[in-house]
Amino acid sequence: MEERYFNDISYKQFLNEERLMGSRCKGCGTLCFPPRPICTNCYSTDMEWAEIKGNGRLAGFSSIFVPPAFMAEEGFDRKHPYVVGVVELEEGVRAVGRIVGVDANRPETIRIGTPVKAEFIHFSEGDQMKTHLAFRPVEGGAS
Amino acid sequence: MGGKRRLGKGVCIVGAGMSRFDMYKNKDSKQLFAEAFKECIDSVDKGIDPKEIQAMWLGNFTNDFFIHQGHWGPIISDLSGLPPKPATRTEGACASSTLAVKDAAYAIASGMYDVVLAGGVEEMSKISTEAVSEGLALAGSPYEVYEGFTFPAVFGAIATAYFAKYGATWEDLNYVTVKSHKNAKLNPKAQFNMTIKDVMNVRIEKYKKKGQPVPEWKDEFEALRDPRFNPVVAWPMRLFDCCPISDGAACVLLVAEEIAQRFTDHPIYIIGMGQGSGRALHDCPSLTSFEANKHAAKEAYEMAGLTPKDIQFAEVHDCFSIAELIHIEDLGFCKEGTAYRFVREGSTKLDGPMPINTSGGLKCKGHPVGATGAAQMVEVWHQLRGEAGSRQIPKKDLHIGASENLGGTGGTCTFMIFSNEK
Repeated sequence: MEERYFNDISYKQFLNEERLMGSRCKGCGTLCFPPRPICTNCYSTDMEWAEIKGNGRLAGFSSIFVPPAFMAEEGFDRKHPYVVGVVELEEGVRAVGRIVGVDANRPETIRIGTPVKAEFIHFSEGDQMKTHLAFRPVEGGAS
Repeated sequence: MGGKRRLGKGVCIVGAGMSRFDMYKNKDSKQLFAEAFKECIDSVDKGIDPKEIQAMWLGNFTNDFFIHQGHWGPIISDLSGLPPKPATRTEGACASSTLAVKDAAYAIASGMYDVVLAGGVEEMSKISTEAVSEGLALAGSPYEVYEGFTFPAVFGAIATAYFAKYGATWEDLNYVTVKSHKNAKLNPKAQFNMTIKDVMNVRIEKYKKKGQPVPEWKDEFEALRDPRFNPVVAWPMRLFDCCPISDGAACVLLVAEEIAQRFTDHPIYIIGMGQGSGRALHDCPSLTSFEANKHAAKEAYEMAGLTPKDIQFAEVHDCFSIAELIHIEDLGFCKEGTAYRFVREGSTKLDGPMPINTSGGLKCKGHPVGATGAAQMVEVWHQLRGEAGSRQIPKKDLHIGASENLGGTGGTCTFMIFSNEK
């Protein structure tokens, strides 16, 4: 396999493989998610991969009733909204993704702080594969 | 006046103009800039021969995408009769034209030029709403846009975080919206120069004509709570929380302070300039504050030798209602987590202690993105010269105003401070 650099191309390849991979600076230990090719703390380029477990809490969200064209193609519209959010991960970094398993038509029922776990939504296959990151509320999780 | 950051030479605004902002079928970017330019040169008290202009800076975000034409510097320079003098385009998403004014000011302060035109233009309404959203999303971070975030959704997510942190509610945002519409009613250049009550009456007439049930709204707040009047765009952002799609242009004429008296006895001095750059939403130190804006404010306050208390009024970047609250906190006009009460108490009204967006803001004046920063300065220019007509701030000794302009989702933030006194 071609070398994987610490960049967005690798980040998306790992998503295809259902892995959340960030970079950890070997110089100072700073964790970055998604990965970065240079450490913005100590400016080292000596990195190693760090796997993120995908457990976190919802920090902010929106239910989108007016979707962009590529989401409209998936079937979302004013009557079929979808939710996106920002998640505080237990590793101390944040991620953005789709929030699934919630009622997008009743966003007033969604609570900040809800425990969530990462999931992966795949589109197409092979070289064409694209994967979106999603988070789902944890069954029985305290909010 | 003046702190430790100084321009090498003082810079003044001696002329300002803007087109009316709206969605135009028959007006293009050149037409709109010509209207702004003509008003600008006509506004110079002692007159100017436009041939005296030595260079131009022009902000434009992405007419490349919106109308499939790039390279706007020379096009607008040619329109304005300026070739072969240099024209430079600046791009900082929705803050593009503040960058143009800043760079023009640096060019004068450097000693290279004495008379420079700076402004911006954007033509957004010729394509579908979905396509405009896609164009604007070019200024988002790659991660958010990839996962399906729209601009209203980014600010919606910020709003949910703000509400959870400080106990504010969506209802609090309506005080921003009602105030913006009231101010815009007094601004003939505003795309929506009508109050919410005016909009309600238009809707009621429409329902009557169509023979549909006519709503009985007690007041503006009740209408805003009605999903038929104010549908959700990206929760909790409803239609009236969002600025419109607009076409428009604005520009200011900048000169070296030492020659300002040749053009006017009432120049507006640029006393503070600041800029910051920000990160993707997930990487921001806080979801309820724009780090880049705080940096821009710090730079500008240091240059002016002023504190937030010294600012008497401001135009701020209310692309969404929640943004106005966060900006007035980040700029130091009130403490973090208190802007919703500050606004509710009426502090930001035209006759309040700290008028915000007397023009109607982006929400009602309109937001042709590349023109917005310069248009904010056009408003400050009118207010500081006492020429704002029926929306003139009723304060004695009005001397210091400011404009804050944000690009993308906080990727580029600028803060400018102006005075009518040296």
